[in-house]
Amino acid sequence: MDKVYHLEAPLSIEDIECLKIGDMVDVSGYIYTARDAAHQRFLKLIKEGKELPIPIEGQIIYYVGPTPAPPGKVIGAAGATTSYRMDPYSPALLEMGLKGMIGKGRRSNEVKEAMVKYKAIYMASVGGAAALMSRSIKEASVVAYEEMGPEAVMKLKVEKMPAIVVNDIFGNDLYNEGKKKYRIN
Amino acid sequence: MRQISTRTIIDRIKDSAMRLNFELKEDVLSSLKDALDNEESQVGKEILNQLIENAGIARHDMIPICQDTGLAIIIAEMGQEVCIVGGDLRSAFEEGIRQGYKEGYLRNSVCHPFTRENTGDNTPIIVHFDMVPGDRLKLWFAAKGGGSENMSRLFMLPPSAGWVGVKEKIVQTVEEAGPNPCPPTIIGVGIGGSFEQSALLAQKALFRPLGTLNPDSELVKMEDEVLEEINKTGIGPQGLGGRITSLAVHILMMPCHISSLPLAIDIQCHASRYTEIIF
Repeated sequence: MDKVYHLEAPLSIEDIECLKIGDMVDVSGYIYTARDAAHQRFLKLIKEGKELPIPIEGQIIYYVGPTPAPPGKVIGAAGATTSYRMDPYSPALLEMGLKGMIGKGRRSNEVKEAMVKYKAIYMASVGGAAALMSRSIKEASVVAYEEMGPEAVMKLKVEKMPAIVVNDIFGNDLYNEGKKKYRIN
Repeated sequence: MRQISTRTIIDRIKDSAMRLNFELKEDVLSSLKDALDNEESQVGKEILNQLIENAGIARHDMIPICQDTGLAIIIAEMGQEVCIVGGDLRSAFEEGIRQGYKEGYLRNSVCHPFTRENTGDNTPIIVHFDMVPGDRLKLWFAAKGGGSENMSRLFMLPPSAGWVGVKEKIVQTVEEAGPNPCPPTIIGVGIGGSFEQSALLAQKALFRPLGTLNPDSELVKMEDEVLEEINKTGIGPQGLGGRITSLAVHILMMPCHISSLPLAIDIQCHASRYTEIIF
């Protein structure tokens, strides 16, 4: 494979402005997990003018609902869930300075426009490679919404978690470009 | 009457729930390896390699292949000469799931449709019963992930649509799904029957091992034709571009009402988890 870019979360604009679609990255540092239900709660708090349970500025959110950690392990299987379900909520978080999202599958036009406007990237990790992903997770703790079980918000310490840039800050989309390249007729 | 105890059923369901989630089926694994030989995209190859590596880690560490350990679906064929002892059958299925998901540290993925409150034990499950001759109880047990299920579709086509219309709809459904259902996918297709029967046919079509031929030679041709069209779309592994969008198309067909042409398309991700249990 080509060059792999190392990202250390939380991110700054400088970390991501050189990245283009198709770039392979590995992510280290601290990231947060959230799925639909958590996003819904975040938005409610934002509308009410209340503080969110996690910092947003410069952060990466990983769309994942892991399996419970078996004894002796930090976390269970932890692969990405489909991202479009977070689309209605993402622009507001991008406006607050969210810099990266990791999931799988296409984003809406509104999210893509917000990524360009507020300079943030969307990365895909391989959906279904959940046992492999869990090996990059070194620490995990629930920081909010424990009652939601697998949908609770967790803070993860990750080391070299592999992903690929799907939407860059320039408005490109790897899903469109990749498909075009291999389409027959 | 042949007696089958619910205790045996609970144990088998429990063990199967864990095994299904830890061990990628051999036919799927070898299909992924074949895909690796045929994929032209470098990114696509890297993804297929990751999936093969993932299967090895899951099996070795006894950790699920995918974090979405699924909604449990059981299609039961109950012999007319079978007598269930020790409790009711549906409760035995649910108890097996409850125990398997707890002991295997599998994810509980069932919730209220609106409040989204998790039921906490991966029940209720989905059960379809059928009565058949004989003294055996046969179960098809699948753990279905939500990501690919969300991309599945059902159409009530006009009979004039014919095979050409059916083929177009299947390819269109796969195109619209794009990267979302975790390609490479397996496409289960149910043609005919009724509204709900077509969906059940599509699900049952997925219960045929990859690499095996459809017993109906007419359907073999149709499966090949659709797969070729799907793999021309360029969607590729994980939708990032490539040759291998689907590993296989499996079709089941039956007669339908003179006014209708039901078509159900059940999109299954590469983590196809099902097993046949016979008592």
